[in-house]
Amino acid sequence: MDDDAVFRALADKSRRLLLDRLHRRNGQTLSELCEGLEMTRQAVTKHLAILEDANLVAPLRQGREKLHFINPVPINEIADRWIDKFDRPRLGALSDLKKALEEKSRK
Amino acid sequence: MAGNSFIYVTYIKTTPKDLWTALISPEFTQKYWYGIRQESEWKPGAEWKMIFPDGRIADAGEVVECDPPRRLVLKWQNQFKPELKEEGYSRCVFEIEPQEDVTKLTITHTIDRENSKFIQAVSQGWPSILSNLKSLLETGKTIMPMRR
Repeated sequence: MDDDAVFRALADKSRRLLLDRLHRRNGQTLSELCEGLEMTRQAVTKHLAILEDANLVAPLRQGREKLHFINPVPINEIADRWIDKFDRPRLGALSDLKKALEEKSRK
Repeated sequence: MAGNSFIYVTYIKTTPKDLWTALISPEFTQKYWYGIRQESEWKPGAEWKMIFPDGRIADAGEVVECDPPRRLVLKWQNQFKPELKEEGYSRCVFEIEPQEDVTKLTITHTIDRENSKFIQAVSQGWPSILSNLKSLLETGKTIMPMRR
């Protein structure tokens, strides 16, 4: 699964809103997801298709209904690859700084 | 259904056979599951256990369906936290589908009660475990020890 598709899918306010709604309540139908939104049903369908292609939303058929579940795996991969990697050295640097300053003040 | 299940989907550059082996072999599981290993005879009705490195039982249950390398269904109960154990059995379905040049793994973890603490707890773990599994199969290395 390529990261480009995930970043492209996330680079849209409406799609992030849909993910937030699924995060609040997982496993919603299209109609439930449309409730209270200013988007047309057609627009929601289009955004959901992009989220599904990026593997951020996983559909599950239950009888005649199609439920949408958030799939956190690609976001976790991005966090591992693009956040933790850069975050850890910085946090390390901060704790080194703290240690150095505290040692200095003790002298 | 909604508040009591989670679905995880990942695409891994591997074969269904290798993915199946990775899912059940004790040696492999230990590498991507932070030292936890599984024990089972892997046939319907067989006991299933996940064991911490120190020998305590993390989770236990039963193999419900076993169709290598396509589908595995487990009855799954937490054993080490009383508030999760009392929620009873969950159902975990692993589905493996070959696609063009990758293998799709879908994990559906469900419990028959609303606002389950167990499902909340496992939802913290699955994404990192799957990232590790993917990395191990694709590169031979796990990404990193547990975050958080």
